[in-house]
Amino acid sequence: MATITPDTQIDIGHNDDPNSNYLTSSHGFLSWAFTLDHKRIGVMYLVGIFSSFFLGGIMALLLRLHLFLPDGLFPPSIIDNDTYNQLFTLHGAIMTFLFIIPSIPAALGNFVLPLMVGAKDVAFPRMNLASFHLWVLGGIFFVIALVTTRLDTGWTFYTPYSIQTSTNVIAATIGAFILGFSSIFTGLNFIVTVNTMRPPGMSWFKMPLFMWAIYATAIIQILATPVLGITLLLLMAERILQIGIFNPALGGDPILFQHFFWFYSHPAVYIMILPAMGIISELMSVYSRKPIFGYTFIAYSSIAIALLGFLVWGHHMFVSGQSPMTAVIFSGLTFSVSIPSAIKVFNWLATMYKGNINLATPMCYALSFIFLFSIGGLTGLFLGALATDIHLHDTYFVVAHFHYVMMGGTVIAFVGGLYHWWPKMFGVMYNEMFGRLFCLVVFIGFNLTFFPQFIMGSRGMPRRYATYVPEYEIFHQLSTIGAIVLGLGMVGAVTVLIVSLFNGRKAPANPWGAATLEWTCTSPPPYYNFEHAPAVGSPYDFSDLKYDPQVGGFVKDPAAANKPKPSSHH
Amino acid sequence: MLSILADASSSLFFPPEQSTFAADVDGLFDFIYYLSAFFFIAIIAVMILFVLRYHRRKGHVEQPSASHNEVLEITWSVIPSILVGFIFFYGFTKYLDMREPPDNAYEIQVIAKQWSWQFIYPNGADSDELHIPVNQPVRFILQSSDVLHSFYIPAFRIKMDCVPQRYTNTWVIAKDITGEGKDNSEHKPYDLFCAEYCGKDHSRMLAKVYVHEQSDFDAWLEDAANYLEGKTPEEGGKLAFEKKGCTQCHSVTGDNSAKYAGPPLNGQWGTERSVIARGASSPENVVMDENYIRESVREPNAKVVVGRKPIMPVFTPQQLKDNEITAIIAYLKSLK
Repeated sequence: MATITPDTQIDIGHNDDPNSNYLTSSHGFLSWAFTLDHKRIGVMYLVGIFSSFFLGGIMALLLRLHLFLPDGLFPPSIIDNDTYNQLFTLHGAIMTFLFIIPSIPAALGNFVLPLMVGAKDVAFPRMNLASFHLWVLGGIFFVIALVTTRLDTGWTFYTPYSIQTSTNVIAATIGAFILGFSSIFTGLNFIVTVNTMRPPGMSWFKMPLFMWAIYATAIIQILATPVLGITLLLLMAERILQIGIFNPALGGDPILFQHFFWFYSHPAVYIMILPAMGIISELMSVYSRKPIFGYTFIAYSSIAIALLGFLVWGHHMFVSGQSPMTAVIFSGLTFSVSIPSAIKVFNWLATMYKGNINLATPMCYALSFIFLFSIGGLTGLFLGALATDIHLHDTYFVVAHFHYVMMGGTVIAFVGGLYHWWPKMFGVMYNEMFGRLFCLVVFIGFNLTFFPQFIMGSRGMPRRYATYVPEYEIFHQLSTIGAIVLGLGMVGAVTVLIVSLFNGRKAPANPWGAATLEWTCTSPPPYYNFEHAPAVGSPYDFSDLKYDPQVGGFVKDPAAANKPKPSSHH
Repeated sequence: MLSILADASSSLFFPPEQSTFAADVDGLFDFIYYLSAFFFIAIIAVMILFVLRYHRRKGHVEQPSASHNEVLEITWSVIPSILVGFIFFYGFTKYLDMREPPDNAYEIQVIAKQWSWQFIYPNGADSDELHIPVNQPVRFILQSSDVLHSFYIPAFRIKMDCVPQRYTNTWVIAKDITGEGKDNSEHKPYDLFCAEYCGKDHSRMLAKVYVHEQSDFDAWLEDAANYLEGKTPEEGGKLAFEKKGCTQCHSVTGDNSAKYAGPPLNGQWGTERSVIARGASSPENVVMDENYIRESVREPNAKVVVGRKPIMPVFTPQQLKDNEITAIIAYLKSLK
């Protein structure tokens, strides 16, 4: 305790027992709701986003069940076209704004990042708490939209339909507007934390790659999110005051809305996928016991993706009536962003070379990620090329593509990261066999759900259809069966973790033999994270970590510590 | 060999090629498909190989290897860059062909509205299904009377959004006829979908596409322009009512459920209906008569039936001529 002095943080009911951890240091609802501890905020985010994921997932299952038959499985008295439209809109809006954007940065990032820099918190703990409270407030507006007249615009709020519909566009846009601030606060906090709080010895190119990924994400969050905020404000003004910005009947331009919307929402795709790539970089290295291959290329590719991601929004609008010249330029820029993603995949593979690959649950998710993300990335080539995009745009091909990237990529990486850091977060080990089993169920269910959608999409099945012509029936039925398997797999994967809280073996400080700083404190971490400020070493040098069967985890090998180190590039 | 494989991928992934663009689009698709399949299989094969060779087992330890290799990394950056540059180039040259209609193209006006399609031909004829001649460039001038829609014919591989207050366009040359003669029953038409989400019945905004020999098309067009001729007003009105998409939203069997966006229209003639006039807050009663029908067609939201949303599209004189309204009125009078 001597090296870290408490500053002016006020935490309700915090005790100074050196044996307590952040979970037990204080009790009661208020000690959580108003905590300034990044770990508790991360855990609250975790609970919040999993609730959203569950809600959005129930909607997805209803949608898929309904599509089992061409005219709908449920009679119109249960799901008519209006209800279907509301369900897919809220599925998309909840999954995007409430779940996937905050998932890795706000839940895992919040928990892990300060530990990775050996600090006791993020740079602005109060702002961090505010970002969670704003998330709750934004979520409340979504729930208001859900229980009142709902929302049927699609999560994109395209005008002029969003100006004309009688559903609760205002509540949902206020919700998304507030969630934007939450996202900006998180991003700001991470940028300042990484810039100012790195310990001596942790230069930029000695940072763990997860930190690079979160940093690149934070840049997008603070630069792109304000554009969404302004766009949504203009949309509200248009609906309430009829100004004529986006409504063609009043001289406005509906294509302008699309430009504004995608100027945020395309970079937002990278807010979702970049942190996932960061997690995979950590997992591939730790579970192969090899330094990450091509650290510099991976780090720069994160920044390249963040910057190029700003230049490609127009590829959502190839058939909107924008000029052919614009379309050609956006198509060219779109391909430029595929290269840094490809580089990362090759680097991850090379990391496994000559390694000692531990097929623990997080590694199974990482391998699953490489499979699914490769399909998601490669199918982007069909959509970036203009001639093929004309046919594939707004079909199930696009639905399949972005689910492979967003769910097969981000969600799989998120769950893998959660399994990886779970022992650190809650101090318990989960059942490996069930962890791997449900990873396999998720993998099978996922492919069965979304692969048929590529085929039906390229055969012409448009997206956002409550009913469809019978020739697509077989693909929809495969997809629906897959969705049920996928749903069971996800419920299983979460159950394995929850069960471990009650009967899991106590976790050692470093169960996986990872070399980043968060594994040097006890599991779960003490309130102030570290008893002593940890010594910074290479995040991917595993040579002095040795498995100790008595501890059940990895410890510093005193013999290795005295040996001369093999020269390392990083 | 490659062409056999290409055909296999096309028949799995695509509807039959029915326009002159389709082969180009499918060819590019196949190229990307085999390139992607190659890289995907290579990535997964390497991954599985490494897992099999280097997985953790008794006595196995990691071996030192280079933590980076600039030659290798530059190679695997540059080769994909060249390949995607190639895809980009082909993608945009084929696209420019698809954006440039020849000067002699036959022009058809397309009006998209919630939730039906209307096609207006140069001779003034119109229909809710698309008829075009084979082997002839046909240009579609697209417009929307309410929200965004998207004109999508998978068999032709064409798609373009319909934007209110703005014209967009696309064009096609159909390769094959869909059947003999001008009679629809002899044809196997293609699907035409709305691909941009447009509200409640987006998924029911479908139309059929018929491709004729030129002579059959001319005969069909002639009949379409004069479809009211030689019919009683009731018969003609029924035809007009169906052709203009009224059946999408109005039941004529008394079905008052939410399946139909508008109120049922049978047995209503001469009765009083409770409506809300534009700008008014309380309902008033109007008799359903000739003037109410005419006003409701030309200015649908002037008096909206209580409990219904003001979503009926405006029918301009171009879309619905006065003699057609007269015929529809006769038809509505006859409905019990």
